[in-house]
Amino acid sequence: MPASPMELPFRMGQVLLENGAEISRVQETMERVARAYDIGGFDVYVLTNSIFATATQDGVSHSTTFRYVPGATVHLGRIMAVNQLSREIAGGLHTPEEALSRLEEIKNTPYSPLPARVLCCAAGSAAFSFLFGGGWVDAIVAFFCGIVLELYLDFASKKGMSKFLTNLSSSALVTLFGAAFFLMGLGDNMDKIIIGSIIRLVPGVALTNSIRDFFSGDYLSGAIRMLDAFLVGGCIAVGVGFVIKALSVLTGGALL
Amino acid sequence: MTGLSAIGNGALQVLVAFISTIAFAVIFHAPKKELLYTGLTGGAGWLVYILAQALGSGTVAASFLATLALAWLSRVFSFSRRAPVTVFLICGIFPLVPGAGIYYTGYNFFMGNDALALEKGLETIKIAVAIALGTGIVQSLPPFLFHRPAKKR
Repeated sequence: MPASPMELPFRMGQVLLENGAEISRVQETMERVARAYDIGGFDVYVLTNSIFATATQDGVSHSTTFRYVPGATVHLGRIMAVNQLSREIAGGLHTPEEALSRLEEIKNTPYSPLPARVLCCAAGSAAFSFLFGGGWVDAIVAFFCGIVLELYLDFASKKGMSKFLTNLSSSALVTLFGAAFFLMGLGDNMDKIIIGSIIRLVPGVALTNSIRDFFSGDYLSGAIRMLDAFLVGGCIAVGVGFVIKALSVLTGGALL
Repeated sequence: MTGLSAIGNGALQVLVAFISTIAFAVIFHAPKKELLYTGLTGGAGWLVYILAQALGSGTVAASFLATLALAWLSRVFSFSRRAPVTVFLICGIFPLVPGAGIYYTGYNFFMGNDALALEKGLETIKIAVAIALGTGIVQSLPPFLFHRPAKKR
């Protein structure tokens, strides 16, 4: 791989960023790897959705930029594997070629299979419905809403649906299902059912990462992610509220 | 008797929080060997949350205290498991993220209860800020506080 010297740190940073790592981790990992391979004049600037890096080799300076559309799925396993790889590189355990092929493997770490995700989303929805004060029946209804939600999310991401439309439509869909069950007499508290079901959509990752960016001094990226969290939260609120309003008009206030 | 059943209910809630955190860890594709620890993080956060509420604190303060606890635990696990903090933090924080606040805000907003919508919206933001402060504070603490979990417990 007689590619440019920054190929390896750059690709590692890319994998980290795409899979939902915080900015300081991306930056530190790239710098650590560059140091391990004696890449001179290595400078990197990372934003929520792009990486800019320059490096000097044999008196020639190279620069690279990378951009992507945020909102890709979070893959904690890959973040962890890249982290491990960067430790090993810093320990001098890999040649660049080995490290690159290891990185390729990491990039291809599979996602959790769909049935497992559906089951987990359903179980998570049921569990949160219970935690927020719902009864057993509510939890069971939330379980079914969770199944519908994860299947829909999978469908939406395969169709490449935009993030905001996904959040709006899926929160609306879940509310529709929850309310339909409720109107059929299943479940005691409609609010608990829906709260449990929408937890999957709530921007917990964006919020957590935003805070971590802020506290490590990456204010711009922190602000971007915070804005993202608030917009997604707003989308969910609108999706839920709109459906409830529409249903309550249609049913003559039965949901009030 | 009521004390006992309250404890039983609390234990059940912590167990449910444990399971739900693991469920979210799978959705975020966390590695299998860390699932147990993400679950422990989430369970511990919820334990502090219900304890704080039982002792009379409000939702916002309880979220803050719970976040402190689970962020601390995430850093401890991060050292002992040699894994990034985010793996435990992102999953463990999920039970505290204000999903209920978002729901009630949207509900009241569309139902025309403006005052309630504003109140719930503000509370949601307050909880988000409490979570932010909690994780931020623990993140800023020096690393030596997290090295030996066995002695600290």
